[in-house]
Amino acid sequence: MKDRAKRLSALIKEASYSIGRELRLMEVCGTHTVEIFRAGIRGLLPSNIKLLSGPGCPVCVTAEEDIERAILLARHPDIVLCTFGDMMRVPGYDSSLLVERAKGADIRIVISPLECLKIATEMPDRKVVFFATGFETTSPTIAATLIEAKRQKLGNFFIYSVHKLVPPALRALLEGHGNNIDGLILPGHVSAIIGIKPYGFIPEEFLVPSVITGFGGIDILQAIYMLLRQIKDNAPRVENQYISIVREEGNPKALGLLREVFKPCDAQWRGIGEIPLSGLRLNERYKDFDITNQLEIEITKRKRHTGCRCGDVMKALIVPTECPLFGNACTPTHPIGACMVSTEGSCAAYYRYGR
Amino acid sequence: MQLIIDMADDIITLGHGSGGRLMHDLIAEHLAPEFGIKELNDSALIELSSSGIALTTDSYVVEPIFFPGGDIGSLSINGTINDLAMVGAEAIALTVGFIIEEGFRVLDLKKILSSMRRASNEAGVYVVAGDTKVVERGKVDRIFINTSGVGIRKDGIGITGSGAMPGDKIIISGSIGNHGIAVISERNSIEFNPPVISDTRPLNRLVRDMLGFTKEIHAMRDPTRGGLATTLKEIALSSGVGILVEEELIPIESAVRGASEMLGYDPLYLANEGILVAFVSADVAEGLLSVMRKNPYAVDASIIGEVIPEEKGRVLLKTSIGGTRVLEMLLGEQLPRIC
Repeated sequence: MKDRAKRLSALIKEASYSIGRELRLMEVCGTHTVEIFRAGIRGLLPSNIKLLSGPGCPVCVTAEEDIERAILLARHPDIVLCTFGDMMRVPGYDSSLLVERAKGADIRIVISPLECLKIATEMPDRKVVFFATGFETTSPTIAATLIEAKRQKLGNFFIYSVHKLVPPALRALLEGHGNNIDGLILPGHVSAIIGIKPYGFIPEEFLVPSVITGFGGIDILQAIYMLLRQIKDNAPRVENQYISIVREEGNPKALGLLREVFKPCDAQWRGIGEIPLSGLRLNERYKDFDITNQLEIEITKRKRHTGCRCGDVMKALIVPTECPLFGNACTPTHPIGACMVSTEGSCAAYYRYGR
Repeated sequence: MQLIIDMADDIITLGHGSGGRLMHDLIAEHLAPEFGIKELNDSALIELSSSGIALTTDSYVVEPIFFPGGDIGSLSINGTINDLAMVGAEAIALTVGFIIEEGFRVLDLKKILSSMRRASNEAGVYVVAGDTKVVERGKVDRIFINTSGVGIRKDGIGITGSGAMPGDKIIISGSIGNHGIAVISERNSIEFNPPVISDTRPLNRLVRDMLGFTKEIHAMRDPTRGGLATTLKEIALSSGVGILVEEELIPIESAVRGASEMLGYDPLYLANEGILVAFVSADVAEGLLSVMRKNPYAVDASIIGEVIPEEKGRVLLKTSIGGTRVLEMLLGEQLPRIC
């Protein structure tokens, strides 16, 4: 493997030399950010290639208001809030689910949303609400869970959906100014679900090269080389490096589950703001499972201004080390922004690996 | 008066911790026999030579208490024996303190006690003194165990974490991450195929063999909580040296690798309970490796790297694709308490 890496590294150096300028490549997905550090990829690249992290961590992009709503739900005496573990430490306005649990709220960490159905069956007099986070990789499993809940006629299972979609976020990113992205390393598992077509607008409307990429060090090096070739040939397109897993049409079954249960809606992305039609909410057929149709969740607090620059980090306007809070006020043990909380957040990755 | 009528439903009650008859019977019938203790006094009387001793203590609160490959009992015995072995001391006696939650099943206690007895027998190191307390429901999580151990340092040997020197080779005695994944899989009711089993085991005989071969062991530690990466960093800082290790040389079972990937854990930070890392003179490294590999607990022993004069206090990892990564200590991450 070292030999392949050496050869790819040499090919990359040669291609980047002939292109001759600084190249800014963005990896969208948090898992790629971590793998780049873990495999030590930056050291194998020439100095004119800059790798930047994008908004590909569903934990990091969950809006503070949504955390606040989850906290309000958890505080309800009738409600058992279930969540993935990574959401526990994400800061809301002045608290987090972890703190609320310590104060006595009934919050359960689950590995699979199906565990919630079991809890709902065992606790018929409580409302079991799943804090539904994740991109297209994850949302099909929640869709399947809801279909099963409907089949079981469960009346006390609900979700609060903050699911998000990647392609609209990429569009918002490319429409933004100042980040000058020369190429995109596209997420592997999201693509396994959605396929290749949804990314078509990237080369067509924005002329930006992109490569759907697998998760090993060699995969990432290959993808970087493929991007450089597209740049050199001035032929931007969507290439698929992750051919073992990603098919042209994606995963039609998973997409079918999503269509059965959800519909797109506007969504708030932490640090970025509202992106149209970038979220998922339950459709007409499944509206009875939407906790927001059962309860009023009113936020009375106002957002604090902390100086956190997660949004700029996720838009690749700055790297984590350029945020004034990085490493001082904001560390993995005392995170201020979500980028530092999630193990796949850019700031956490830089802190853990990049010093 | 017979204490136990039907074992299956028997539980520990507050009465068992009160110091009276129930407690006396509990100790006489269940605890003392498991540890081979014939006489119950306030302290154990043991003979010591005067070449220096090592003393250690540890508390065990692992959740879940039973996991593939072991339980809180075997963990506590092996853990304390290993703490003594890591400084080069021969463990000669252990103590154990139990804090038991009211309602704990006697059957479970017996399982733990036999596991401790088996671990003791295997290592040839025994518990000579103990204490038992029972507390109200909710005051502890089922059962907590504290152990302490005393060891003899022959020839004044005392290996620490601060003796590593540039040029030293770094040897690991076995594969990483087994205990961590075993406990995580049990805690989350995930079954792996093949199952991953904790590596909890006593390393005293292995260390005896190692010291029998060479005295040039400059530093040694067992990478428990925090994993191999944290231990290497601790030694780099303590010894004021740089460390360079190669990812491809670190032994790891493919089941652990796969489970870690699936669950999102980094094996370098997973807990281990039956391996050690030793920093040894380059000229004895190969010879020591052969000696270690003859021991059933170190068949996968490997040289994983070396101590370098630069990068003092830092640990560098050469990745499998030839890149370099800096290893830091485990930072307050949400790994479950696993040992």
